[in-house]
Amino acid sequence: MSSRRANVCYIARVEGQGSINVEVGSAGEVRRSEFAIFEPMRFFEAFLRGRKFSEVHELASRVCGICPIAHQIAALRAVENAFGIQVSEQTRELRRLLGLSAWIQSHCLSVFFLTAPDYLGFDGAISMAGEHRDLVELALRTKKLANDIGELVGGRAVHPISAVVGGFTGIPAKEELQPLLARLQRARKEVLGAAKTIAGFDYPTLDLQSELVCISNEDRYAVNEGRLVSNMGLDAAEGEYRNFIIEKQVRHSNAKQSRIAGRGTFMVGPLARVVLNHAQLTPGARKAMKDMELDVGSTDPFMNIRARVVEILYAIEESIGIIRRLRLDVAEQPARGRTGVPCAGAALTEAPRGLLYHSYAFDKSGVVTAADIVPPTAHNSAHVEDSLRAFSPKVVARGGDLTLQCEMLIRAYDPCISCSVHAVVLREGV
Amino acid sequence: MADKKPRLAVFKFTGCAGCQMELLRLEDELLQIAEKLDVGYFMMAQSTVDLGPYDLCLVEGSVSTPRELEELKKIRAASQVLIAFGDCAVCGCVPSIRNWISQHKAESSVYEDTAPIMSFRLQGVAEYVPVDVVLPGCPPHKNLILEAITSALQGIRPDLKYHPVCVECKLRENVCILRSLGKACMGPVTRAGCGAICPTYWRECEGCYGPMSDANAEYLARLFKKNGMSDDDTVRKFRKYAGMTDEFRTEAGT
Repeated sequence: MSSRRANVCYIARVEGQGSINVEVGSAGEVRRSEFAIFEPMRFFEAFLRGRKFSEVHELASRVCGICPIAHQIAALRAVENAFGIQVSEQTRELRRLLGLSAWIQSHCLSVFFLTAPDYLGFDGAISMAGEHRDLVELALRTKKLANDIGELVGGRAVHPISAVVGGFTGIPAKEELQPLLARLQRARKEVLGAAKTIAGFDYPTLDLQSELVCISNEDRYAVNEGRLVSNMGLDAAEGEYRNFIIEKQVRHSNAKQSRIAGRGTFMVGPLARVVLNHAQLTPGARKAMKDMELDVGSTDPFMNIRARVVEILYAIEESIGIIRRLRLDVAEQPARGRTGVPCAGAALTEAPRGLLYHSYAFDKSGVVTAADIVPPTAHNSAHVEDSLRAFSPKVVARGGDLTLQCEMLIRAYDPCISCSVHAVVLREGV
Repeated sequence: MADKKPRLAVFKFTGCAGCQMELLRLEDELLQIAEKLDVGYFMMAQSTVDLGPYDLCLVEGSVSTPRELEELKKIRAASQVLIAFGDCAVCGCVPSIRNWISQHKAESSVYEDTAPIMSFRLQGVAEYVPVDVVLPGCPPHKNLILEAITSALQGIRPDLKYHPVCVECKLRENVCILRSLGKACMGPVTRAGCGAICPTYWRECEGCYGPMSDANAEYLARLFKKNGMSDDDTVRKFRKYAGMTDEFRTEAGT
């Protein structure tokens, strides 16, 4: 048997510009397993320096058009941590609702439009719509619902405008949110039904021991705040992130790669969250887990797809709860913090694709002096290469289509490549 | 042979994919649009690739690498109608802030090894090739995207807005954020199209649609300063979404 290669110079149905370079030798040895990112650099950390604390979240939002909400919330919380700002309970709940809407829309896009075509034999959702119209329409309806929530709370779904340091400049009236409840109930029923279809796909498997990392907190399934935890005993406050996660530049890719100091690569994302925080899931999400046979001991990257469906259900049910509970009778008064001294702050949130880190330092007038942003895809990129290395010889051994299977593996992580290229540190004093 | 459908292509250069996301925000219209069009190239949504020619081409993102410049020229040659899709493609948007930092400094502040980095001053696509339709916004509102696509299919000029955000703001009967609250609102110099969402949510417009036609940036900058804004903060206002445009360049500083 001769050697086999998979070269995909531009991976379709993922966000951004990435490529795969895999080579498996005739004896089954892996000669190369690269997940390269050729997305051009935008130097966010360089130009954030010199900008005001009040606009950091607005600029950081532009790191990613798919998960702008996650970047905004991470940036806002990092700034608030730096300035010692405490936001109101109402603000926290509204941010949670925003964060959940981002999960729903991003997961819908990933599961139904980017992933499902692989398993149903189409090149994309548009061609899939002929034969699977119901599924595509369900996905569009659910995605629209999520974006409508984002628009009501944030003013706009892509790059929201109303969330600012300390709170919101304006909020919707309770009556405006009420009509969402019936739509959320319908979506809950429909997605639970679709879960069986998604679980029925013929997934490849990859048994790879991995460290799974996410944030976690005691009261609820973590979205916007929590401690850094893993299935191998990592447990740290968000401000201690840099003591545990290190990153380095690699020649073949424009994104830096992350590792846990002294250990190795790790996986972030929906599976990590479901595995580590499943006890806090809502009933519908638990039912989906059971229906889809998602095992909480799993570390198989392909299980991320099922975990996304579970999280769509969780986000729908949790949003129903928040909308019912929210009184919205307090005018938002963006809180203020101390100024006049240099300060620094960091925050961790869960973007749809996984762990997101933002950290900033400011001078005494609130101008950025250093910035550090590490998005989920940068956390995952070294792990993706480990997976390719473990997966490719198995595909070759069973005579599978190496290129397609490697692409499917990448899509299971739902990489967000634009994000990942900004995963770099601004060194002080440059 | 049956009627051939117009062929659409969507390309992404240096940008965040938010404009493509706003295109996909047309949830109610997407399937109808898809029936009228043949999607030839849309990497984020479809794995089949058709190398053109295209009847309609949306280009998202700015040009910042030699490879992008080369591709852009090929895309232009293959496209009947080329739309600069969103602020990055129009004038560089937020990432253009780095054009005020020297290339070496930007690269070395971010990467230890600058040898493999291929990147130059970031520009909108019209800097290099003729553009048929300029669709501003970060992101452009989905209704504007729909207008641009449907007009292109009919071969007519899209009805885009050239007046300031203030017009939309008045139509929504908002209190003037600039005059009554003294906030540094960019509305008077910014192109409409968003529906004046920021003032509607009681915050100042940040100018994410770029300059309106004939914008008087100089006067607004003076007004900001009169209202107590520092020189540095005023520069930051104009050096954000459209600092590279002729209209804002002076106020965006050197």
